[in-house]
Amino acid sequence: MSYESVIGLEIHVQLATKSKLFSGAATRYGADPNIQACIVDLGMPGVLPVINEDAIKMAIKFGLAINASITSLSVFARKNYFYPDLPKGYQISQLDLPIVASGTIDIRLDESEVKTIRITRAHLEEDAGKSVHEGFGENTGIDLNRAGTPLIEIVSEPDIRSAKEAAAYMKKIHSLVRYLEISDGNMQEGSFRCDANVSIREKGSTELGTRTEIKNINSFRFVEMAIDHEIERQIDLIESGQRITQETRLYDSTKDETRSMRTKEEANDYRYFPDPDLLPVSVSDDLINEIRQTMPELPDAKRQRFIDDLGLSEYDSEVLTTSRELANYYEETLTVAGNAKLTANWVMGELSAALNKDGLEITDSTVNAQMLGQLVKRIDDNTISGKIAKQVFETMWAGEGTADEIIEAKGLQQVTDTGAIEKLVDEVISANPKQVEQYQNSPEDRKGKLIGFFVGQVMKASQGKANPQQVNSLLKEKLQ
Amino acid sequence: MFSHSLVELSRLLDQRSISSVELTELFLSRCQDHNQELNCFITLSPRTALEHAKAADKLINNKQHGPLTGIPFAHKDIFCTEGTRTSCGSKMLDNFQPPYDATVVKKLNQAGMVCLGKANMDEFAMGSSTETSFYGPTRNPWDLTKVPGGSSGGSASAVAARLIPAATGTDTGGSIRQPAALCGITGLKPTYGTVSRFGMIAFASSLDQGGPMTQTAEDAAMMMNAMAGFDINDSTSLERETTDYTANLNDSMDGIKIGLPKQYFSDDVDAGTIEKINDAIKQFEKGGAKIVDIELPKTALSIPSYYVVAPAEASSNLSRFDGVRFGYRAEDPKDLLDLYCRSRSEGFGNEVKRRIMIGTYVLSAGYYDAYYLKAQKVRRMIRDDFQQAFKEVDVIMGPTTSAPAFGLNELVDDPVQMYLADIFTVSVNLAGLPAISVPAGFSSGLPVGLQIIGDYFSEPRLLNLAHRFQQDTDWHKQIPEGFTE
Amino acid sequence: MSLDRKQIEEIAMLARLSIKAEDIPVHQQELGGILDMVEQMKPVDTDEIVPLAHPLEIDARLRPDVITEQDHRDKNQKMAPQTEAGYYLVPKVIE
Repeated sequence: MSYESVIGLEIHVQLATKSKLFSGAATRYGADPNIQACIVDLGMPGVLPVINEDAIKMAIKFGLAINASITSLSVFARKNYFYPDLPKGYQISQLDLPIVASGTIDIRLDESEVKTIRITRAHLEEDAGKSVHEGFGENTGIDLNRAGTPLIEIVSEPDIRSAKEAAAYMKKIHSLVRYLEISDGNMQEGSFRCDANVSIREKGSTELGTRTEIKNINSFRFVEMAIDHEIERQIDLIESGQRITQETRLYDSTKDETRSMRTKEEANDYRYFPDPDLLPVSVSDDLINEIRQTMPELPDAKRQRFIDDLGLSEYDSEVLTTSRELANYYEETLTVAGNAKLTANWVMGELSAALNKDGLEITDSTVNAQMLGQLVKRIDDNTISGKIAKQVFETMWAGEGTADEIIEAKGLQQVTDTGAIEKLVDEVISANPKQVEQYQNSPEDRKGKLIGFFVGQVMKASQGKANPQQVNSLLKEKLQ
Repeated sequence: MFSHSLVELSRLLDQRSISSVELTELFLSRCQDHNQELNCFITLSPRTALEHAKAADKLINNKQHGPLTGIPFAHKDIFCTEGTRTSCGSKMLDNFQPPYDATVVKKLNQAGMVCLGKANMDEFAMGSSTETSFYGPTRNPWDLTKVPGGSSGGSASAVAARLIPAATGTDTGGSIRQPAALCGITGLKPTYGTVSRFGMIAFASSLDQGGPMTQTAEDAAMMMNAMAGFDINDSTSLERETTDYTANLNDSMDGIKIGLPKQYFSDDVDAGTIEKINDAIKQFEKGGAKIVDIELPKTALSIPSYYVVAPAEASSNLSRFDGVRFGYRAEDPKDLLDLYCRSRSEGFGNEVKRRIMIGTYVLSAGYYDAYYLKAQKVRRMIRDDFQQAFKEVDVIMGPTTSAPAFGLNELVDDPVQMYLADIFTVSVNLAGLPAISVPAGFSSGLPVGLQIIGDYFSEPRLLNLAHRFQQDTDWHKQIPEGFTE
Repeated sequence: MSLDRKQIEEIAMLARLSIKAEDIPVHQQELGGILDMVEQMKPVDTDEIVPLAHPLEIDARLRPDVITEQDHRDKNQKMAPQTEAGYYLVPKVIE
């Protein structure tokens, strides 16, 4: 039998506000335990929440980016449950009337296939604290620094059909929130994480199967592995005549398996109700328009512009716009270098390889956009050859100055003086009589290939500095 | 001296006829002498009180004082006071010393008032008799076998017995007005959002409102000038122009239309109470007010609506008491669930647990619509009732309670009867309106309270009417026997 | 309106209250009585009525995104039942 998987993702994105969603405590990551948990975050008796304006604006920004409708009067509700990392015994979240409702996002599956994923809603809520299970003997330590950090939870429709699509969707949302600068998207620090709802059904069926929820996936690789694993597990169960239980499962990346989370003593009953400490948030058209003005160019628009205005290929445009940082780097390099295609090749080629090798992010690149731009410009204006440029790049990467400085210091300018090149050409011709004879006796269509030998010899003799085009034409002339 | 109103004490301090330290010592000794029989206070803080009194005297001597500087008072033990135990009448918070001051506490400190201690109350303000306090019941100074009302019973009893000239209270379903009525003092519940709730331990967030409990309406107005005002830390606090609550006290009541809701004068109300209320109304007529018979048809529904909304909010508000970060923690919990269940069961009293159970139930899956949502709809109908009435009349009057103070232990085992006694007060909270209770005489030797309800932000009018009434009557000047010396 | 034993136990568990088995009938009677009183709302026609969550129907006021709170851990943890190295402690949580 052939199966189809039906997947929906809930992505939690920490917003990049300075202070918390409902208090003036800092949201900085990595502080000593509980020093960023103020009386409001701790749920001290008598304290009250006050909503952070920027969190609202960031959520609206996201809504606009996915062409969603922004709820004009959105309501915060309490989700009640007991857990030590939840100080008040309830999480302030949204149920009815979330700030962002029904949007869409396109994901690219390959060169030609684009798929639209519907987003049901995106709501604001506060993050919980952290439990530390090691190091306290028979106890668990509770750090509430993270408690109250603003999150948007982005809930997709079950439009995703494979683990690969899920990863593409997750990457797209990740790229989007970074473009919008509403989150640092740091997955190691938990700023971007997701839960996946997975079910399978017979291909062609329109009914939904029983779903399981996989909790707390914090990498693109894991989302793919976890979902693939879960699909297999569900197929195995059905094939062996068993039933799937609706449950929450945890993905263990070290074992590449999902396991059932211990079911609590009771079924969850969160007793949501509107938070009486907070009034509904009104979002005016004016505010929406104001935020619209501040929207950056989004990845899809940028990609199209790279194709239309810069003449880049679909593939190059796609790669260069995967992240806002990469796109920014490319565009900044381009303003200096002035050759779109050549710049693209260098950013995607030499630079990416070097970053990969050293495990660096583009924002931490040893060679900045200005420096790379100058290098590419020197190739474009024939100061150096592409080959020499690689040498210059390596030197720049090692921190030994700018392209111009290196070219100057090492005397790497191309030799364009015809007399000097002619001298080298003559030397090479006279040193290789056998090859000259071979060349001259060859049919025209093979000559092109054979001339490469002489070009190589001349370039070698010039230590790579001779202008290859000049060498080529001189050789052709002299070997006639 | 101890029977003086705030206004009188303020004048004496200003004239330097007495110092704040002398006043503080006087009232402290009265508190200490009488606390055993009345049990008004959970905590008395003589040392800090005297320090504050000294500081107040300095301000007075330097002529840097305001009208309330140097005047002793007490806070209901629901307001967080930094470094001073704030128990909320519960074993759960018996050891709780807040790391911060409530906004109201800050404001009254800034006004220079001298806090003598923390007044007894029903546990987490849940009750109408101050009998649910972990620290034992407060007694009514008019009859020690009777309750003082609740939940601000400690505040009411102490002001009535003149152990302090004024106190703060909070009112979620009548907790300022009902004890004020049963103890024969003046108590104002302001419009929701007028007095900051920050640092006032929450019972039911959409109903809670702090306010003054005093001998006179004029004193209440003075206190309001210091207590009210916008607070950035409370999202439900209202940004309005500053009101001088004393400015309209002497306005004429000529032509004011007073609505008398049929539902507030039913046969179920104690006859002696009705008589006193009718006498009071005649007094207003004499002053030129017009009487209009009106209807508040949804009055009876206010109790069921309230007893869904308030416990629902409370069940959630009280979830933070889990034995982890503050408050009572059960000994040797065997696991997390045991820590939660035992800390909460041992730390909360019966009435609190009962309301948490009810609140949990009405919010739970399958019952939310039938109970919680229904109650919120009825709540709107109740508010609309009032809005309709205020198209016709300026204020509404009636008894604050359907009977004078009941006996200690009389209703403890009958929660529903106890709840029904709130019939005239809870609808005001559901609608968020202001209302005041003023002494209007005695029935069977116990005080009767007249309730005046106004439209939103009509506190100046309520205080004006109450003040004019107190110009013509002396019910508010009566001191219970045994406390006159 | 009466609640059965199981309902009472479920409510108590949701609210994290432990109740003694012998007290369940008392809870049944008390909660049942309160619910009977609450049931008075049942016949009221509220189909067209919008629920009122807040007495004053106004919008939320937002605060600017500014850090206003400093570290007060020592003060805040002074009355904590059990802490270690800045952490609050609870019996080991099994996930």
